[in-house]
Amino acid sequence: MLDPDTAWRTPSPRLLTLRRLEVGVVALLLSAGLFALLVSRSIAVAVIAASGAVALGAAGEYVVSRRVRAWGYAEREDDLLVRRGVLFFRMSVIPYGRMQFIDVTAGPLERAFGLATVRMHTAAAASDARIPGLAADEASRVRDRLAKLGESQAAGL
Amino acid sequence: MTERDGWRRLHPVSPVVRAGRAAIAIFIVLIPIVLRGGGNFSDSYVQLGIVAVLAGLGFVHWLVTRWRIDGDDLRIETGLIRRQSLRFPLAQVQAIDIVQPGLARVFRVAELRLRLGGASGGTARLAYLPQHEVEPLRARLLRLATDGEAAHHDLAPVEERVLTTVPTPQLVASIFVSDVGIFVEFVFAALVVTAFLAPAAAAGLVGGGAAELIAVATIVWRRFNQEYKLTVAAAPDGLRLRSGLVALNAETIRPGRVQAVRLVEPFLWRRLGWCRLEVDLAGRQKRKGEGEATRGQLRALLPVGSRALAFELLDHLLPDAPRPERRPPRRVALKSPLRYRFLAWGRTDAAVVTMTGRIRRVTVWVPLEKAQSLRLTEGPLQRRLGLVTIHVDTAGRALHAALRDRGRAEGNEALADLVGLARAARRAQP
Repeated sequence: MLDPDTAWRTPSPRLLTLRRLEVGVVALLLSAGLFALLVSRSIAVAVIAASGAVALGAAGEYVVSRRVRAWGYAEREDDLLVRRGVLFFRMSVIPYGRMQFIDVTAGPLERAFGLATVRMHTAAAASDARIPGLAADEASRVRDRLAKLGESQAAGL
Repeated sequence: MTERDGWRRLHPVSPVVRAGRAAIAIFIVLIPIVLRGGGNFSDSYVQLGIVAVLAGLGFVHWLVTRWRIDGDDLRIETGLIRRQSLRFPLAQVQAIDIVQPGLARVFRVAELRLRLGGASGGTARLAYLPQHEVEPLRARLLRLATDGEAAHHDLAPVEERVLTTVPTPQLVASIFVSDVGIFVEFVFAALVVTAFLAPAAAAGLVGGGAAELIAVATIVWRRFNQEYKLTVAAAPDGLRLRSGLVALNAETIRPGRVQAVRLVEPFLWRRLGWCRLEVDLAGRQKRKGEGEATRGQLRALLPVGSRALAFELLDHLLPDAPRPERRPPRRVALKSPLRYRFLAWGRTDAAVVTMTGRIRRVTVWVPLEKAQSLRLTEGPLQRRLGLVTIHVDTAGRALHAALRDRGRAEGNEALADLVGLARAARRAQP
């Protein structure tokens, strides 16, 4: 299954930038907010709280970068492999013939970065498989390819 | 709107039966109010008014609803303001049930319920039809569903072979020692004790918790009602199930429509050598407009019975079903000490079986041709112990097979193996 020669593809590097930016902005806002809130009481406490938030943000950056790097997908002859997760590793095998429909979605932030999420649906709710942060043209390529393969291999329930 | 152009109406008493069910529901809601002594009759008038309005709406609904069989489709037109024309392709029918609530039996009518597969699949309901028309109509629809155009004219009724009927004493006993049953007995015992020690407090409890008590009683009652004299018969078109005390149910489980089969052996039942066999059919996980009784529930093929009987029935659904005999590595006992006793899996070329459970033992069979996707998962604890879990997802409502806590090498091999077998099984499908 995990052949060494499986050609894993990864999401666009811009996804990492986007996720890091999200975490960074939240951490900075939190830090600034805490500082503003506590500075009237004691500067020392405010500084400690603010740097705590920054440290939390730094930890968040690490977690996020590992999580983004864990995403991967491979198009094989009969099925699509999607892997994800650092702490909880998951790998899905979705036969093309089982795909019922394929969504491409892009939120405002994703759009700003030229990214999109591809989501595959089968008749089973549990097989929720998605690939986030694909470059827009790669996303539509994947969608079209999967739709075509799905059609040619379609199987009944 | 006449018989000439094929359009048919439902039975004229349908609105009465429907409103009657609503009235029963409102009556149940009213009980706690009356029990608490705040019998405000203006409220009751409001409730009665609601029943009247419901009945009126039901009548209009009946007036504007019509149905016909159109080639390979069942068409239902309904709605006064928002007119709906529904088309149900019979080729997608997973099962056809006959449901007959108590009130419907009084009026000699029954509901025909067609369950369709697919993500967009829903339930087509014909409520209510005259009792004597339902059985031939179902046979006709089933034949259309299986053969397409071939059999528009009715054939002689097919013969069936009764496999088993659940004896009522055993069913009652099994409910008594089931999880819900034990809970109810416990609550009841607590109430009796309280009543002896402090009658006032007990009365307060009954008054205050009336709704909950009724809810629990409903669960027990529904289970008994649904599984009373459940009879399984083998017929050429599948396994036929009939059951019910007040409300009657009849359904046919078509071969090849079973997504998963589950054998449940609760702790106390195991002591008695009993088990329960349930099947999972394709359908949306959550659907609207379906009775509470059927939502999210599995079909009990054998509410209670011996293992031998369960395996005999299983053989009808999945011939040559595999036995769970591959035990997990010993280190799993560290991770899941309670589960370790039961964990096992097995496979043939056509199906996979997994066994798990902490207190009750649960065995799940999944035919590989029904596998929708396969997943490998590995949690932090599993990683330290070098274990993985393989999931086989189905389109069923509740079940999937999980090969829990296998050694990493074995897991990877099993995944590759199952992916290949599932592909072969899928290709071999007609």
